[in-house]
Amino acid sequence: MEIGNLQRRYLDFASTLFHEGFLDNQFTQLQQLQDESSPEFVLEVVTLFFEDSEKLLDELSRTLNQQAVDFKKVDAHVHQLKGSSASIGAQRVKNVCVAFRNCCEEMNQEGCLRCLRQVRNEYFLVKNKLETLFALEQQIVAAGGSVPMMW
Amino acid sequence: MRDRYPACSINWLVVDRRAAMSSPARGETEAIHVLAVDDSSVDRAVIAGLLRSSKYRVTAVDSGKKALELLGMQEPNVNMIITDYWMPEMTGYELLKRVKESSKLREIPVVIMSSENVPNRINRCLEEGAEDFLLKPVRPSDVSRLSSWIR
Repeated sequence: MEIGNLQRRYLDFASTLFHEGFLDNQFTQLQQLQDESSPEFVLEVVTLFFEDSEKLLDELSRTLNQQAVDFKKVDAHVHQLKGSSASIGAQRVKNVCVAFRNCCEEMNQEGCLRCLRQVRNEYFLVKNKLETLFALEQQIVAAGGSVPMMW
Repeated sequence: MRDRYPACSINWLVVDRRAAMSSPARGETEAIHVLAVDDSSVDRAVIAGLLRSSKYRVTAVDSGKKALELLGMQEPNVNMIITDYWMPEMTGYELLKRVKESSKLREIPVVIMSSENVPNRINRCLEEGAEDFLLKPVRPSDVSRLSSWIR
């Protein structure tokens, strides 16, 4: 596929991610930090986010499925997930975390389990979107083009 | 570079490599050294990226304990400490107190970061001697504020 088409496809895809609220301005800020001295910066940070989040989701599942739930522990994990999702601009994940913390405060196990399902869904959605975005970038570069800026 | 300053090319390369070994800053050898403390791997990567793009040399550690170990060395050469507030074992506030209680370290400006906007917390930190308090997620405009605190 011709470079121009690939670039257009990339820009269209990227803008829907912002319009649909998957990503917010924080992600753009990270993209702006990427340059020749740190050409893989966004990929590195997002990869750390994937690793961190999957560990946290597993921990949350374990903690919430105990007989006696330690809500303080659940809250600490959600706080961490909220922080890291905010740091990379994963807006929808962050928003579910806000609701999740409310359930923790109310010590509502059912509510928390519901939130966990939601946050897991949102996480895998954004992970999929980001992987697609990076794949589109790689296609452009492989075709000899440069990835267009979105700002 | 080589074309413009052919006589200095070798010196320049040696200097650049030394700077690259401590951290991939943009070739500044006498760059200001910032110690970043955050238990989140994602946030550490983001703050390091933000600081490096502003030409600071960065050392990032994941705990107050590690920060104090580094600061306890003969020549830590740290010009500023930026630390997360909420960390397991030792909070950023506790780290701030230890730094300000130490005759060797108390002149180093300390900046606190937090994802939560808690006025009491902010005041306590400022009263204890923190120069500034940044709300996460940290952005480039926050980092440009830091230069006013460097001595």
